Amino acid sequence: MKVPKGRVTFNDELCKGCGLCVEYCPTHILYQDMKTLNKAGYNIIKVSEPDKCIGCAFCAMMCPDSVIKVEVNK
Amino acid sequence: MWETKYEKSQGLTDTKLSYCPGCAHGIVHKLVAETLVELDILDKSIAIASVGCSVFSYQFFNCDAQQAPHGRACALATGVKRVLPENIVFTYQGDGDLASIGIAETIHAANRGENITVIFINNAIYGMTGGQMAPTSLIGQKTTTSQDGRVAEVHGNPIKISEMFATIGGVAYLERVSVYDPKHVINAKKAIKKAFQYQKEKRGFTMIEVVSTCPVNWGMTPVDAMKWAKSDMEPEYPLGVFKDKGAE
Amino acid sequence: MAKVLMKGNEAIALAAIKGGVDAFYGYPITPQNEVPEYLSKHLLANGKVFLQAESEVSAINMVYGAAGAGKRVMTSSSSPGIALKQEGISYIAAAELPCVICSVMRGGPGLGSIQPSQGDYYQATRGGGNGDYQLIVYAPESIQETIDIMKDAFNIADYYRNPVMVLVDGLIGQMMESVDFDKPVKERKLPEKDWATTGTLNHPGRRNIANSLYLDPAELEQHNIDLQKKYKRIKENETKYELINFDNPEYVIVAYGTMARICRSAIQMLHEEGIEVGMIRPISLFPYPEIAFDKIPKTIKGILTCELSMGQMLDDVLIANNGRHKVGFFGRAGGMLPDPEEIVEAIKNFTERVVK
Repeated sequence: MKVPKGRVTFNDELCKGCGLCVEYCPTHILYQDMKTLNKAGYNIIKVSEPDKCIGCAFCAMMCPDSVIKVEVNK
Repeated sequence: MWETKYEKSQGLTDTKLSYCPGCAHGIVHKLVAETLVELDILDKSIAIASVGCSVFSYQFFNCDAQQAPHGRACALATGVKRVLPENIVFTYQGDGDLASIGIAETIHAANRGENITVIFINNAIYGMTGGQMAPTSLIGQKTTTSQDGRVAEVHGNPIKISEMFATIGGVAYLERVSVYDPKHVINAKKAIKKAFQYQKEKRGFTMIEVVSTCPVNWGMTPVDAMKWAKSDMEPEYPLGVFKDKGAE
Repeated sequence: MAKVLMKGNEAIALAAIKGGVDAFYGYPITPQNEVPEYLSKHLLANGKVFLQAESEVSAINMVYGAAGAGKRVMTSSSSPGIALKQEGISYIAAAELPCVICSVMRGGPGLGSIQPSQGDYYQATRGGGNGDYQLIVYAPESIQETIDIMKDAFNIADYYRNPVMVLVDGLIGQMMESVDFDKPVKERKLPEKDWATTGTLNHPGRRNIANSLYLDPAELEQHNIDLQKKYKRIKENETKYELINFDNPEYVIVAYGTMARICRSAIQMLHEEGIEVGMIRPISLFPYPEIAFDKIPKTIKGILTCELSMGQMLDDVLIANNGRHKVGFFGRAGGMLPDPEEIVEAIKNFTERVVK
């Protein structure tokens, strides 16, 4: 399996389900899971195709709540 | 081998931000926090929190802080910086705090060239108190105190803070930025970093006006609010550098 | 330093310097302008901070900032300007920060006059700003006493982490007297200002925050309870007053500041006529010297409150008296200063002046 360029980890409990990361991800691999709520009652974000992550960190940059950690494959 | 490219800044505390989902405040907090860490000034910094949605910013910035009365942040900042000239002092204010009740304190701090940095969050509305009209609200914008839309003859015109402050001699760096997409976020960070760098170099008053959003009181989703910041706010509040003493 | 002849306002300024002031932030207003003017010259010359702010509002907020940063800081103003400062004063008291506020009273209300008055007793002792807080308020009667109090004020403010107000009037501010700046100040062991916002470099592992916001009502109530405990301590330790001619008075006058000085002359004139009148001269207005009223002989015919106002300290006299004696009132306002003869007449016609 091809190793992706980047990988993202979500601290779900900090997420407020605002959807900015979903909007600004250039490879469109993020989506809001309308079936899963965190403790604060927000629908959290999941990654649909992690191997397509390019590690651009646009999602993390746009996230107002520092939910996302982005790592790149060196 | 995985290397961290982006994670939560040490310049922020562990306290969960109290802002609404998708509010630009959170983005700007990160940019300021990252800047203080990267310029190695976090442990010398004193944040002056204002009154508005960001009244709790003293809980979020990982440095010493003072909580100012509404509009007075630049006066507190002046009071601190004059007695602690080697510290880094910054205010974080919304459009009500800075452009309405606090306009005199802000103008005069700028005029005296106080070596402070002002982060000005312009989202054209009073968020904390439930969506009243701000000095920066757009003509026609419906708010709880301009329910049929802002009318120039009755409510005055939107105040252009960056344009006004560009004429003040004590201003060393002044840029209006936005955070409505990643490219603008990157540029906003550059601007904020430059402002704090100028403070380190004691060049005078620095201010970054950030065209921001208020999804809840604008009645939009966070994504649509970012789009409105670009389509409607930016034409009224053009982005760019309004003054740079370092470039003169 | 030998005795010097000095104007009240300038003496206030020099006394502040002797008291170790680090920064002064103020704004021009008659009749206290010599205070910032003197400090503008002498503070800067000594590497300290002076700044004329753009308003009294701004000045008190600069005081808040510098006080939060752990410095000895002061502002001065007069009645309408002190009115503008009330918001900032409430915040400073709530955040438990030390500072010295000098108020040189003039006629009011509103823009009023520039002549001396005592019309801001309520403003000084009953808030002015919002919420349950108190300033420690001193009301000297002479320039010498003003100097001695000013020098000590910074220590008292630091000791209790509370604003201290030195309350004089336009007469004390403008007149000249022969004064001694070298009288010793009471020794106090002052704690370190480990709460000051000087950057986490100076207190690693802890963030210092100057704040008055407590959204949780239980927390805010506790904060208020703690403030009241502090004010109780202040009352126990810092109550200050003078008793004049208290051997066997027929009447007791209660007066402070300039009015007390005029009353001293009246007391002398009455003595020469064979009428003995004593005086309680409060020096601390908060804490009010209620205890002095316990020393009033049971046989007196009445207490005459004398003020340069329409009757503000009168309330505290009635409270302290607690129904024990008849209380009368004599007042002048608007900047009018009475001759001692008027007070002599007021004592002689006491029954016409009885309030309660």
